[in-house]
Amino acid sequence: MKKPKELKVKPIKNGTVIDHITANKSLNVLKILGLPSDESKVTLAMNVQSAHMEKKDIVKIENRELASSEVDQIALIAPKATINIIRDYEIVGKGKVRLLNEIKSLLNCPNPNCISNTIEPVTGKFYVITKEPVILRCYYCERLMEEGEIESQF
Amino acid sequence: MSFSLKNIISIKDFSKDDINFILKQTEKLEPVARSQEMSQNMAGKILGMMFYEPSTRTRLSFETSMKRLGGGVIGFAETGASSVTKGENLADTARMVAEYADALVIRHNLEGAARYVSDIVDVPIINAGDGAGQHPTQTLLDIYTMKRVFGKIKGLNVALIGDLKYGRTVHSLSYALGMFGAKMSFVSPPELKMPQETLHDLKGAKAVTRETDNIHDVLDEVDVLYVTRIQKERFPDPEEYSRIKGAYLINSELLNGKDLIVMHPLPRVDEISPDVDDTKYGKYFEQAFYGVPVRMAILNALIKSF
Repeated sequence: MKKPKELKVKPIKNGTVIDHITANKSLNVLKILGLPSDESKVTLAMNVQSAHMEKKDIVKIENRELASSEVDQIALIAPKATINIIRDYEIVGKGKVRLLNEIKSLLNCPNPNCISNTIEPVTGKFYVITKEPVILRCYYCERLMEEGEIESQF
Repeated sequence: MSFSLKNIISIKDFSKDDINFILKQTEKLEPVARSQEMSQNMAGKILGMMFYEPSTRTRLSFETSMKRLGGGVIGFAETGASSVTKGENLADTARMVAEYADALVIRHNLEGAARYVSDIVDVPIINAGDGAGQHPTQTLLDIYTMKRVFGKIKGLNVALIGDLKYGRTVHSLSYALGMFGAKMSFVSPPELKMPQETLHDLKGAKAVTRETDNIHDVLDEVDVLYVTRIQKERFPDPEEYSRIKGAYLINSELLNGKDLIVMHPLPRVDEISPDVDDTKYGKYFEQAFYGVPVRMAILNALIKSF
């Protein structure tokens, strides 16, 4: 009997590993980070076993160190995600995502009658009202936006 | 007591101090609004009016306020006579009017329009109603009317009646009433209940509220019936509309023997019978008058005089 070949996900030399992403949400995480792109090699693991969470996703991005402003937007859909910055196979920085108080230019207001959804030169801007569960308020029309509506935009 | 705001966009931006400041100034300005005293506080200043939606009271009372304070008014009352018809966006129109005026008053059909403009021009912006959103100067005059009649807001029992879903005045008003510790009853058909957003805010402010669809549940205990218009277009079935309209009709027979006042942001259609107009209950025309001194107080607070 043939022994099944195991596909191992290799460690990366330089870049960022985003771990503990809510299971099956990594594709949305990529969208938030503007990936895939021509510059970055990306490795994904979806719905894998986790010691801390039942199931999780992992994203490894080679040769790109994420800025904290990019990382924090991930908290919108994966509040437990952790970030490891890798240099020469060593973890040089570790951190958790944290939801900022303001979300800019990432989401559109679900209210079709909001000024941010028109020909005016303006993009969506939201204040975080509560973090668990995530509830946002549109800076312009003051309408509330809940998790389901946030996820549907990715 | 002082005033901290540069723009009047949403009642949520106000602190209690800000509101109290406006109420206090309003009282002082009543004789000017009644043409019993003269003021030249806004002499040489110009107010720019941008009305993308029709308005009678709000527009005329802003104009009256500015003129009674010795200032001038420019602008448009409908978009037909402006370059909006040529496709100019709001940002460009506002920037242009802001070059000519010391403050802008904006009414727009889109929610958030006034906030948006306040970020791109330097002069103070006053929101005169943005879609189904906010109408803060209406709220201030509503609060002033209650304060004027009862001498306080705290502990008042106020019923908001009618279209609580789309009626923009009730959203701002309930927020302010909550801030001042009034108790509120929301009386509406199930289809037109207070939106979740507003209930969420009121809960956060620990306001005492309750909901019912029956006006008789509240008549004996409230100090104020704040009535709003139920619009026909909200109901696809005309029969349903007639039934609902009838259930929320305020007339003198219903009010007889009660200890309360009736307010309405106007225009009314037929939700309050004309037989209430000249009774001790009907306060809505007095309320509309207070729009002038309240807006005078706002203009004085926002525009620096010479």
